[in-house]
Amino acid sequence: MTYSDISVASLLLAVVFDLFIVRTQLLTKAIFWTSYAIIFPMQLITNWWLTSRYIVIYNPHAIVGRRLAGAPLEDLLFGFSLILAIMSMWVFVGKKLINKRIADQ
Amino acid sequence: MERMSYLAMLVATVLGSFWLEIVFKIGVLRRFKRLWLSLIPVAIVFLAWDAYAIAHKQWSFDNKQMLGVVGPLHIPLEEYVFFLVIPIAAIMTLEGVRSVKKHWPVGDNDDL
Repeated sequence: MTYSDISVASLLLAVVFDLFIVRTQLLTKAIFWTSYAIIFPMQLITNWWLTSRYIVIYNPHAIVGRRLAGAPLEDLLFGFSLILAIMSMWVFVGKKLINKRIADQ
Repeated sequence: MERMSYLAMLVATVLGSFWLEIVFKIGVLRRFKRLWLSLIPVAIVFLAWDAYAIAHKQWSFDNKQMLGVVGPLHIPLEEYVFFLVIPIAAIMTLEGVRSVKKHWPVGDNDDL
């Protein structure tokens, strides 16, 4: 699988995880989209730093070739998946830990 | 200094997000059990992907701009740190937004 394939798969996985597996449903919430709106420019800057300086070098056969601010489009999907997955996990774990504490009392 | 090019981006991310911990008292680092339980599974999945991409030469790193420490699965140290620092920054952003938008539901038991 190429980076393009995996980045699309990671997006689908993160969406399914949030909406149907742990059901945190952050994709339906203002808190998520506001947070992502803050993160997005930061993501463009960090991606630009790593790619324009050739710190990370992409194999041209692994990407579709479209770029935004120097970074392959795949990086944006990758970043979105990572951010959705970690926020979803944080909310899910928070709920479980607190529920357990209440049950133990 | 050139060897710190990747590291510089990680330091910038820490500087750009960890102040939220102090100014907005969001207590993300303080809740270390919740933090580790969230970070580890996500980091494992994404590092597995990183290892796959490195093994298949989908991306590579410029050795001149890296510290030169390579961990298991041929993943450089900076990448391991990336998958801790970026997720923590994302969580801090979420909690930072919550601290100014207290009535926005998040879905955990910290909601008002």
